[in-house]
Amino acid sequence: MPILKSTLITALFFLMAGNVFAQTKTPPKTHLDGKKLYSENCLSCHQEDGGGVTSMNPPLIKTSYVLGDKSEIVKIVLKGFGEKVKIQGKYYSNIMPSLSYLKDDQIAAILTYVRSHFENTASAISAEEVKEIRAKLKN
Amino acid sequence: MNTLHGKSFFEVYKTSFIRSIPILIGVALFSYTTILKAYHTKGLGRNPVSKLVKADSNNAGLKLPVGFGALLVADKMGPTRHIAVAPNGDIFLKLYDADNGPGIKVLHDALGNGKPTLSQSFGNYSGTGIAIKNGYLYATSNNDIYRYKLDKDYKVIDPANPEHIVYGLIERGEHESKSITLDNNGNIYVNIGAYSNACQVKDRQKGSPAMDPCPILDSAGGIWKFKADVLNQTYKDGIHYGKGIRNTVGLDWNTETNQLFVMQHGRDQLHDLFPNLYGTKENAELPAEEMLQIEPGKFYGWPYCYYDELQNKKVLSPEYGGDGKKVGRCANAENPVIAFPGHMAPNGLLFYKGNQFPSRYKNGAFIAFHGSWNRAPEPQKGYFVVFVPFEKGKPSGKWEIFADNFAGIDLVKSPGQAKHRPCGLAEGPDGSLYVTDDHEGSVYRIIYNGKI
Repeated sequence: MPILKSTLITALFFLMAGNVFAQTKTPPKTHLDGKKLYSENCLSCHQEDGGGVTSMNPPLIKTSYVLGDKSEIVKIVLKGFGEKVKIQGKYYSNIMPSLSYLKDDQIAAILTYVRSHFENTASAISAEEVKEIRAKLKN
Repeated sequence: MNTLHGKSFFEVYKTSFIRSIPILIGVALFSYTTILKAYHTKGLGRNPVSKLVKADSNNAGLKLPVGFGALLVADKMGPTRHIAVAPNGDIFLKLYDADNGPGIKVLHDALGNGKPTLSQSFGNYSGTGIAIKNGYLYATSNNDIYRYKLDKDYKVIDPANPEHIVYGLIERGEHESKSITLDNNGNIYVNIGAYSNACQVKDRQKGSPAMDPCPILDSAGGIWKFKADVLNQTYKDGIHYGKGIRNTVGLDWNTETNQLFVMQHGRDQLHDLFPNLYGTKENAELPAEEMLQIEPGKFYGWPYCYYDELQNKKVLSPEYGGDGKKVGRCANAENPVIAFPGHMAPNGLLFYKGNQFPSRYKNGAFIAFHGSWNRAPEPQKGYFVVFVPFEKGKPSGKWEIFADNFAGIDLVKSPGQAKHRPCGLAEGPDGSLYVTDDHEGSVYRIIYNGKI
């Protein structure tokens, strides 16, 4: 049955083509260990359970900063944060330093880890997205 | 004249009296030491706690030395920082956060059974410091010192209108608490914490250089002394009493030696900021938390120096060219009288003046360690009350854990796991020891009910 065969082959072709397109659209999986990077760069203040330290270092558990706009959380990591704001009703007195010395893919891995742990379920952040936000901040 | 063997009466009397002197001295010495022994071992001169006050069957969850018990005198009071107890036993609590209620709470024990109830609450400011002296209640916000006149029953007469003793003390978020203590000479001493970890240009920023000299020191990072009964004082009216002290939450006036002692919170993040010099294990231990005996005008090291309790010396901070071993200008900084493992956060200091506890505790120091956060990724430490025996105004032995299990778990990895975090200390009129917890808002009373 030549028509069926050619339909099958065409279908397979489009399927494979579709896969190729799909791969270029989704952000590539990082080879970096987000948990390890978190423990090396964030844990000393935000703690192993992401709970922070009362009145000093804010928690990362379901806060609007963690779950909200990707560019906001990336900006905080790149610039640091020293504003006196209430986070889940409480103030925190320590200043967060800038971690702009970390690479785009490292920051992406850390934030992806934070947004998928500590009771958080939010989308991953890619190195490209960090790169874009970093570039915007420069201007 | 009457004579005995040719000697006059007086001569005979004199000889026999002289002979009896050594016997009299012997009897006197024996009686004195027997009485002294009884005084200490039999409890004469000791104040046992009232029989109406009984420890909770579980000692309020605390682990204590043999002979001691604890009762929960209050619970869920809010973030209770420091505490003062009046001569009538009324308990005054200062709350860290006054956003959702009053900043000062007073507890009164009408039945004398150790379970007081709330009798007054007022004060719309957050803050840590609280003390009672000469008929006044002193309390602090993060910028000011206030005082309230007390009536003969230690009730605050006009809670809405305190006197403004000191104003304008600098506060920039970090190390904001203005803890206080008073001497017996009409002076009040207040901590003005440095609004910085290590006096870097950019606080806690890896690679940011330090400022040299550190400009923060002119108005923070030390202890200031003011008059306790003069209104509207500010920096220019005070004396810069202790310099180069990063942040003090626990401090007390030692009435035995008439000196100020403070507990410094040492700097953080040696590993985060200088990973090439300090591993995570060194970071957990260093620097020591220091007990400082303050001599007016002396310099205690911060930010240029920190105390390394493993090397028993003050060394140069890495921000100022240190490498963990170099001493440099730190040869001129005062040393602590006793040093404790790093980051345990000493939030309360109390010299015990009472007679309820066994005599070895008299004039010694209790310290409330709030518990660490910067030891991570190593396990956290602290979350207990420690005792240091003192003799003639100096530590006379090693520090020992006195009250433990505030955290409720053996291994604390993150401070959020700790159920209670000890903060303030006070002594009651009967010599009971009170401890506050600023996490759950519990107030504990520790009593001695063992063999006297």
